[in-house]
Amino acid sequence: MILRCVVLTLLWFAPLSYALQVGDPLPNFARPGLLHSDTLRTENLKGRVLYIDFWASWCGPCRVSLPAMDVLFREFQSQGFTVVAVNLDKNENEAQAFLKAHPVSYPLVKDDGSLPKRLGVVGMPTGFLVDHTGLVRAVHEGFRKGDERKLRTQIVRLLEEARQQKSRQ
Amino acid sequence: MRILSLATVIFLLSACSVTRVDPWDRQYLARPEMAWDPDGSSATYRAHVYFSKEASNGGASAGGGGCGCN
Repeated sequence: MILRCVVLTLLWFAPLSYALQVGDPLPNFARPGLLHSDTLRTENLKGRVLYIDFWASWCGPCRVSLPAMDVLFREFQSQGFTVVAVNLDKNENEAQAFLKAHPVSYPLVKDDGSLPKRLGVVGMPTGFLVDHTGLVRAVHEGFRKGDERKLRTQIVRLLEEARQQKSRQ
Repeated sequence: MRILSLATVIFLLSACSVTRVDPWDRQYLARPEMAWDPDGSSATYRAHVYFSKEASNGGASAGGGGCGCN
């Protein structure tokens, strides 16, 4: 009886959310655009190396990560790399003001908090690097100057993997 | 009786919770007016004046000679 009570108590307090980890497949999602009304669907990006970045205008490190990811996006876009930045601002105007100061060229979508909860985001910003098969290959929490060098190495490796697989087929 | 007390304890424990603020819900907490010291320079200046004046008493820490020179 006591054991049953303990198990029930533990189940009651167990977290319901599930954190996406390295090796897990990225679940498909569709979110409306932040600056345009077009809905972005990740299933349309299959075969590309993705960086799903969760950010907000009030997040200090995002001031570093957004421009840094823009540089990487411009460099590798033609080779099959895409950044999808998911904005989590409550006030959309603040996000738009931020983007005026830090313009980026990759797709931006907005979310009400359900997506980071679903993927188990633990800090801001958090980025999920996804390979061409749709598997999460790295989770990047926070962002400091110089992190883009590490990300660049990972992106180059994943793009090379994608190229090699394509040439084998 | 034991079951009743156990159930009561579990019920009371379920009332003890700390609401977790998710990282994406910290927008209002991140505002400057929510900081303990919104202005770092003025906070440092105030702290310096305080420990210089109160240094004989230990200032903001346990020790101090009263010179206010650090």
